[in-house]
Amino acid sequence: MLGRMEEKYDVVIVGGGPAGLGAALGARDAGAEKILIVDREPEAGGILLQCIHSGFGLHYFKEELTGPEYAQRFIEKVIDQDVDVIPEAYISGVVTDSEGSKRVRVMHEKRGLHTIECQSVVLAMGCRERTRGAIQIPGTRPSGVLTAGLAQKFVNMLGYLPGKRVAILGSGDIGLIMARRLVLEGCEVVGVYEIMPYSNGLTRNVVQCLEDFNIPLHLSTTVAQIHGRDRLEKITVAPVDKNLKPDMKRAKDVVCDTLLLSIGLIPENELSQGLGIRLDPVTSGPVVSSTLETSLPGMFACGNVLHVHDLVDFVTREALLAGRFAGEWAQGVRRPTDNIRLVPGENVRYCVPHTLSPGRDHMISMRCKEPMKPCKIKIGDLMEKKLRFVVPAEMIMMRLHPDLLDRFHGDSVRVDITPVEAVKP
Amino acid sequence: MKNNQKIYDVAIVGGGVTGCNIARELSRYSLKTVLIDKNAEVGFGTTKSNSGIIHAGHHNTPATLKGRLVVRGNQLFDQLCRELNFGFSRIGELVVARTPEDLPVLERLKEQGKSKGVPGLEIWDKNRLLHEEPNLSHNLLGALWAPTAGVINPYEFVFALIESAIENGVELKVESPVQKIGQEEGHLVVQTPTEKIHSRFVLNAAGIFADQVARMAGLDDFTIYPRKGEEYMLDKRLKGLVRHLIFPVPLKTTKGILIIPTFDGTIMVGPTAQDVGDRHDIATSYEGSHQVFDFVRQICPSINERDTITEFAGLRAVSDTDDFIIGPTKVKGFINVAGIQSPGLTSAPSIAEYVLEILRQEGLKLHERKNFKSHVAGPPRFALQSLKEQGERIGKDSRFAKVVCRCELVTEAEIHDAIDHGARTLDGIKFRSRAGMGRCQGGFCTSRCMGILSERLKIPYDRVTKRGGDSWMVQKMKDESSC
Repeated sequence: MLGRMEEKYDVVIVGGGPAGLGAALGARDAGAEKILIVDREPEAGGILLQCIHSGFGLHYFKEELTGPEYAQRFIEKVIDQDVDVIPEAYISGVVTDSEGSKRVRVMHEKRGLHTIECQSVVLAMGCRERTRGAIQIPGTRPSGVLTAGLAQKFVNMLGYLPGKRVAILGSGDIGLIMARRLVLEGCEVVGVYEIMPYSNGLTRNVVQCLEDFNIPLHLSTTVAQIHGRDRLEKITVAPVDKNLKPDMKRAKDVVCDTLLLSIGLIPENELSQGLGIRLDPVTSGPVVSSTLETSLPGMFACGNVLHVHDLVDFVTREALLAGRFAGEWAQGVRRPTDNIRLVPGENVRYCVPHTLSPGRDHMISMRCKEPMKPCKIKIGDLMEKKLRFVVPAEMIMMRLHPDLLDRFHGDSVRVDITPVEAVKP
Repeated sequence: MKNNQKIYDVAIVGGGVTGCNIARELSRYSLKTVLIDKNAEVGFGTTKSNSGIIHAGHHNTPATLKGRLVVRGNQLFDQLCRELNFGFSRIGELVVARTPEDLPVLERLKEQGKSKGVPGLEIWDKNRLLHEEPNLSHNLLGALWAPTAGVINPYEFVFALIESAIENGVELKVESPVQKIGQEEGHLVVQTPTEKIHSRFVLNAAGIFADQVARMAGLDDFTIYPRKGEEYMLDKRLKGLVRHLIFPVPLKTTKGILIIPTFDGTIMVGPTAQDVGDRHDIATSYEGSHQVFDFVRQICPSINERDTITEFAGLRAVSDTDDFIIGPTKVKGFINVAGIQSPGLTSAPSIAEYVLEILRQEGLKLHERKNFKSHVAGPPRFALQSLKEQGERIGKDSRFAKVVCRCELVTEAEIHDAIDHGARTLDGIKFRSRAGMGRCQGGFCTSRCMGILSERLKIPYDRVTKRGGDSWMVQKMKDESSC
């Protein structure tokens, strides 16, 4: 029920975005009785609520929905399944007692500092955007330099424009979506600048958001200087060399009043870090087992807090799993500890989960380091799959059948992505 | 002049740390004082980019005015902090020796400090240094320990000073750049875009613009050379990397690039020192970043530029005498308080005392105000409180349960408190409450803070600014009424 929060739950879920909503349904499917979603925003749905463009749900619902529509379907299911959702609440800590049950500390305007007892916790806090400070763009500090997601909130939630003449640094999906959105609102988008030699967004977004609107995408180019006293006046853009250093001899100035940054997303693990959960330095998310359990027993993670996804459909799939395992845990199910490590090998940036266990159905998510085409993915000697291409912007998912590991002897499996000869048509 | 025209006793030009200290000091007396500043809020010039160090005083020779004022300034901070409740902590300073040639310099600094009455100076050998600061380079040879050095939040300090001054009768006029200074019937007239301010005394505390303000009064005897310093703020997870201020042995022009554990627990590295021609040049640079990180890594090898969450630059007001220029001028009533570069923040309270003495000598009658209120409550700082205190706060005011800035755990009550205490811009909120200072740099809380500002100031979103002037945040969409 919306707004209900009691003293005792089986599963408490931190975050009411797509990951949290999916996890609640997963936990319910597994038979958990009392489930609570704690969300910091006034309404559940997470960042989907500001993503009013379409393109969500193609995998999961086999139809094209907007962000709020996708969220609404899950919110309705969750309420229908009698999950409690408490909005505008903030979790300031979790402690585990000697019997393994957990006490979650929640701050809420009406309830004050409230403590809830539960058996398992699902971390579903999502991610945040990288900022100007993190990549140290030189120059002054005028207003008008902001993340693409904040600009999206201004336009779609508040009904204001971030500016009139807009440049975009980074070709992440939110930046591409915002390029199109701002053109539709009458802004001039002067160009998208990407430091890498390839786009960091989905191919479909490059086509539908830039090419269809004649917005130039400048690859291997970065913003080397920000100018302006009170408000952004112009930027200096420069092509970069092999080491990604700007070549200032070929730099030029571009007049604009707004610079959007779409330079990457970072899982938001402040709470996890505070609890002492082990993080993977590559994903910036928790290290998880094949049940998506973190290094703290009974605490699970899914969605963008675990690793950044490009499609919400995949977040949902992962969240349903994490919720299922959290729900089973709450009912006393304890599975044997994983005994096989999954190790990223050639051209593999990371794999999630970090460990495997025989007899279990595994969905492995991974990203490559560099684009490659055509290529094959090898998961140890267990299986391999040919792909037309891989790019860092597109997550790869592979299902590892339960019986594949049964005959496996060893303590680690390496994943490699290697080139293959092109097959002539 | 009309008969009903108000004549102030003192008009202070410039609401930086110098002007605000003087304003607060003057507010102890029955005087008509006004402080005028060109920015939207006080402290938005050099002050907000200050490193926030309260120097022990051994760095500067007693032959200079700044060398004499710094030790007294340091001593005044305990009392000021008790009264004004800004963040201040005497964490102590270590000047580290990197080469054998540095070692005698440590001795010299120690003797210089002792001669000026700087307490507690000690030379530490390498073992002692690395025992106290295990993350520093094992190549260091020793250090000078100065226990009375500390850190403050410079913006909190000026906000508390001006709040106290206003509480005790000082008037504040912001967004009032000085355009002209004239004389009329035995007093001075300061012209701003909106009014003429009449005053017997005008104190020129205009920072990097002090020479320009002096010229408006017809004085041409000094020049300010802006010297830029870039600072880099690192992620809070490095809290505890160093426990004390870490200085290299000073160079000719500056105290060098430092490792600063700020009052809030973040590590800051910098500043650079680069003379610039443009008084608005507060741009950070690739060169500055390299210079800072290459240097501090020699002292603390694990520091990495990838941990930067934000960077900024400020301008020091270096005078051509390389010392503070404080005193009366040949224009009667016009007093310079100029060239206040390092250790200006530390010296600001003693500069204020010094300026009061000058005013007294110049004929200003100082009668103590009977009902002077010395106390300012300071910001709530919810994040720094114990669970019990947090629970009590929430019990009294439920807005403390609504988190606005999750990186720094700043609540809605604190945003309102910032506005209650004078914040009029997003930077004003940020510097008072820390909302937006954390690792997401306002990605999530900016729109919430804009909403609260808009509601409280009764202005639409498109009139909310980052720091006043033309620093707007959003624009209206196309006029929908025409559709």
